[in-house]
Amino acid sequence: MTFFAVDELVVNFGGIRAVDGVSFAVAAGQVFTIIGPNGAGKTTIFNLISRIYDPSHGRLLFRDEDITTVPPHEIARRGIARTFQNIELFEHATVLQNLLLGRHAHARPHLLQELLFLPRVRARERAHREAAEKVIDFLDLQAYRDSLVVNLPYGVRKVVEMGRALCTEPTLLLLDEPSSGLSVEETADMAFWIQDIRELLGITVLMVEHDMSLVSAVSDRVLALNYGRALASGTAREVQEHPDVIKAYLGG
Amino acid sequence: MRFQFKTGYDDDMGLFRDPVQRRWYGGLLAAVVLLPLVVPAYLTDISLVFIYGLCGLSLMVLAGYTGLVSLGHAAFLGIGAYAHVYFLQDLGLPWVAAVALAAAISAAVGVLVGLPALRMTGVYLTIATLAFALIIQEVFTRWEPVTHGLKGRPVDKPVIFGVSFASDGAFYFLCLAVLVGGLWLTANVLRAPTGRAWVAIRDSEIAAQSMGVHLARYKTMAFAYSAGLMGAAGALFAHKIGFLAPDIFSVLLSIQFLLMVVVGGLGSLHGAVYGAAFVAMLPVLISEARDLVPAWVGQAAAVLGKDAGAAAYLAVERFVKQPGLEPGIFGLILVLFILFEPLGIYGRWRKVQVFFSTFPLYKRATFRRQKTYMRSERLR
Repeated sequence: MTFFAVDELVVNFGGIRAVDGVSFAVAAGQVFTIIGPNGAGKTTIFNLISRIYDPSHGRLLFRDEDITTVPPHEIARRGIARTFQNIELFEHATVLQNLLLGRHAHARPHLLQELLFLPRVRARERAHREAAEKVIDFLDLQAYRDSLVVNLPYGVRKVVEMGRALCTEPTLLLLDEPSSGLSVEETADMAFWIQDIRELLGITVLMVEHDMSLVSAVSDRVLALNYGRALASGTAREVQEHPDVIKAYLGG
Repeated sequence: MRFQFKTGYDDDMGLFRDPVQRRWYGGLLAAVVLLPLVVPAYLTDISLVFIYGLCGLSLMVLAGYTGLVSLGHAAFLGIGAYAHVYFLQDLGLPWVAAVALAAAISAAVGVLVGLPALRMTGVYLTIATLAFALIIQEVFTRWEPVTHGLKGRPVDKPVIFGVSFASDGAFYFLCLAVLVGGLWLTANVLRAPTGRAWVAIRDSEIAAQSMGVHLARYKTMAFAYSAGLMGAAGALFAHKIGFLAPDIFSVLLSIQFLLMVVVGGLGSLHGAVYGAAFVAMLPVLISEARDLVPAWVGQAAAVLGKDAGAAAYLAVERFVKQPGLEPGIFGLILVLFILFEPLGIYGRWRKVQVFFSTFPLYKRATFRRQKTYMRSERLR
């Protein structure tokens, strides 16, 4: 069984082929990292997986199901959650409200019941809160629970966004540059959390990352991209030493 | 400072933050109930505040919480008003059924407007709602069997289950009850998953979508709910003005509603009510001032001599009797708000509250926010 696979993915934006026939497979329980210079198509692949873009060609397979035509709001319900490169939190809401929105995939909203706030709505809210509190404990966000996101420093926002993704109880977590903009200590924390997410929560992680120390520390497999094409894949060391990868980064 | 000791998840779920706040709101409700005894002359004006409060609530859900700005909400008010009067007076339905049907029809039209609006964002959506409002106004003019066109149609006083609400006092309480009901329903939705999904759409559509929010469904729901509230407000509005004509539901009224939510403070239920009080009471205050201010100034200047008093009286009177004074003051206040208090009356109120609760340690920087430049590459 393939847990998650991308098959011959192609996407064209006008005349530009941003992703050009990329294929890879992620096994359950892995941390799989995509690296590559700027503009290599890494985030585009994420946007294809979360179905914000439609691929021109190719297929996405998740737990043996074809999700190439699933609508974007269905993706979370199927167990794929993501974070964004430029933090897309709900800024004028508290951290807790952000996390609770992460529970939306599990909510069965019913407007009439909610208008009256019936006991069953309250009971469901309690259950969502319980799940959100688990994530708060896991990521040590207790101190920020009731602060508005606009008032939080960048590093905390990054963690909150990861927390929101965890609240959807995913089986596959997409992290788009988890360490960008973080200090050295925060990046080290991030490495621990990524390991914990895999080992304690059993979530498969697919991430895009530039920081090679973080990549080597946590990744089981690495895929290097350039100009939308796969250059090399393997362990972090194998990919780093691959001549095409060195050429893509250093030129020549 | 007062500290709240939370002991369960329900503490964060209540309508009020803590028992102290609940008591304050209880006190406010008691004050509003006793108000007719204090200012019997202003009951109809305050009834209008309540009706506008419902309108503000309606637009607040759409613009303040979901981030969809509409410039056509007077049309929903008109649909509610005409539908209510049609069901009540032409079909002879009971009052409650007529209001419910009026709200339902307005909500259904809201869905129809919301559907094409799903593909539009920002200013394009606003223009579309504006066009919609103009079309609906034309429909009010042309659909004579129902609306009686330009001749207009008189509206009877409300009679509910055989009880007449013809007197100003009774109508005041009717409007108050509907407003409190509307506030309660809206606050309930906003603390439930649907309300959170609306806020999520406002702050980041792409993230909302990735968290499983069906954008089309929730935007349509916001439109329908907002239009439904507006329809209910329209029914009361019809009784308030007593005579329906198409030109009442003009674009200017829509702009006034938008003014209400901006001046009151976008993104808060308080703001809707504050804004309504501001928009409904300002004309009353200005007309009072027209009568009183010249005499006051005249008396004050009379200290300098009789001639000075008379001259000052005339000068001030000539100024306050200018026909364009009301819109002028309106515009001035709006500009001042946007310059100095973008969070509206509610934002100012929060600052006053914090000033007293942290006295003497209040610092201005509490409300100052750093500009952040992280959203350079937003997907659209």
